[in-house]
Amino acid sequence: MKNIISWIDRRFPLTSFVKKELTEYPTPRNLSFWWNFGSLAGVVLVIQIITGVFLAMHYKADAALAFDSVEHIMRDVNYGWLIRYMHSTGATAFFAVIFLHMARTLYYGSYRSPRELMWWTGQILLLLMMATAFMGYLLPWGQMSYWGAQVITSLFGAVPFLGDELIIWLRGDFTVGDATLTRFFALHYLVPFIIMAVIMVHLVALHSVKSSNPSGINLADKDNIPFHPYFTTKDLFGLCIFLVIYSYFVFYQPNMFIEAENYIPADPLQTPVHIVPEWYFLPFYAILRSIPDLLGGVIAMTISVLIFAFMPFLDRSKIPGGAVYRPFYRALFYVFVIDVLVLGYVGAKPPEGYLVFIGYFATALYFGVFAILPFLAKKEELWLRKKGLPPELEALIQSEEKQKAERMVARRKAKRARK
Amino acid sequence: MTDDNKSLEEPLVDDPERRDFLNTVTGVVAGAGVVAASWPFISSMNPSSDVLSKATTEASLTGINPGESKTVEWQGKPVFILRRTDDQIKNMTASQGGKDPEADSDRIQKPDWLIVVGLCTHLGCVPSRSSDGWFCPCHGSKYDNSGRVLHGPAPSNLKLPPYKFVSEDKIVIG
Repeated sequence: MKNIISWIDRRFPLTSFVKKELTEYPTPRNLSFWWNFGSLAGVVLVIQIITGVFLAMHYKADAALAFDSVEHIMRDVNYGWLIRYMHSTGATAFFAVIFLHMARTLYYGSYRSPRELMWWTGQILLLLMMATAFMGYLLPWGQMSYWGAQVITSLFGAVPFLGDELIIWLRGDFTVGDATLTRFFALHYLVPFIIMAVIMVHLVALHSVKSSNPSGINLADKDNIPFHPYFTTKDLFGLCIFLVIYSYFVFYQPNMFIEAENYIPADPLQTPVHIVPEWYFLPFYAILRSIPDLLGGVIAMTISVLIFAFMPFLDRSKIPGGAVYRPFYRALFYVFVIDVLVLGYVGAKPPEGYLVFIGYFATALYFGVFAILPFLAKKEELWLRKKGLPPELEALIQSEEKQKAERMVARRKAKRARK
Repeated sequence: MTDDNKSLEEPLVDDPERRDFLNTVTGVVAGAGVVAASWPFISSMNPSSDVLSKATTEASLTGINPGESKTVEWQGKPVFILRRTDDQIKNMTASQGGKDPEADSDRIQKPDWLIVVGLCTHLGCVPSRSSDGWFCPCHGSKYDNSGRVLHGPAPSNLKLPPYKFVSEDKIVIG
């Protein structure tokens, strides 16, 4: 064994790589369980890819056969029910884990310098994930599948001038049809591998800037501990807890996240009375519905997803860390989380009565939170510094400022030298 | 390249502008090549010939009583054929619709027969029939008996398919 490894090491940096990036990789020792969700998301992706590949061995991407082939998987294929329920529950688990991962980033300010690229690659991963989930949902070819795809592809009709042509191009037909199903299947199989590639970029960035931590302050070297065995153990423990919850849903509540309506085969001439998207799209769907104009609604929904990318620009407070030391920011964080839950509830219900107005209000609040953040962050910073920060914190802010100024001077010098 | 007498300050090439030009030309040609090569792939995603051949539908009007409607499929889309009662015709002629005003006479060939594409102009759901028009269950748009939007998020009236009467009780859509 030793000989084999040393043979490889002479040709490929195996041992040094494992040491540097895994076993001896320096990790802040104060990470809480909120730092478990990144690796957990990786595990869920692997579950999705494995179950997905096996489902694809039995699935038929043809409008005439798709619905029956899913039932064939459920009834005739050995353990087909298990693999399918693992895959459908896995989609839900994936979004749950990612939303918690994002909530942690927002709460602890992990999106702030120098981790902006982590946040932005994460944003790309979220978009890819949403696209994959949306296309995968069409594959069972049930009523919800069909009309969900019909509604979402119709959104592209809001694009000025090209809208109608764009919809037909996306669908490959005048409505969602066989051509649409086949291409969605192809892309649903492809995109997860693109996600894998973007995760690599996400991880390279992580291993360059290292993990943030609950204090929000970059730790000294002595406060880091090796990843193995401390965090391999911790991640495994988190994984066990996750698997308990995941297994509960796979074995006892597998249909909780599947609409009953989706067990009716797709019918292009009959829309279900009440269309709802999957739970993870509900807040965005509620925003779409709350704007009483097609183009406006589509723009609002798009912005509601992309707006997270602007966080590093919106939050320019000099107070280090996230919500822990920042009472205003913390309040805003909780307002936002509650607002997203309210939007989710509104999105799940038919647009009637007082819910319409709650939808308007929650949508305004959603964007309001982002709009008020730059001003609130500045106000909060002034207030906190007037009140008196702990001297260590004040010193930290000043040293950051000094470093920034030095970088600026160096840049100017370099510019002048080039001239 | 490794001419030790040359200092690093000196340009590595004799004529940097020439090299810039070559770089630009290579970039442009490669870019144009990629665009040209991607065209067949983009085009392949448009409807294929067999899909396009579904372009027309023949529909019979027999058996539809006044006030009743029927749905037929055209290009995979539902088309509503409504035989309107005299009252409905009177009401519709008198009104201009809602937020996308249009005269009823511009939307029909024969007052008895209203023929519209049955897809909500908002996000493409199929509205369900109610006594005074259609109601979209997805996002609550309401249409009258001329297929004109009354309220809701739909931006425009129900679309009119191209059709002609080939006989008293038969139309060809498309």
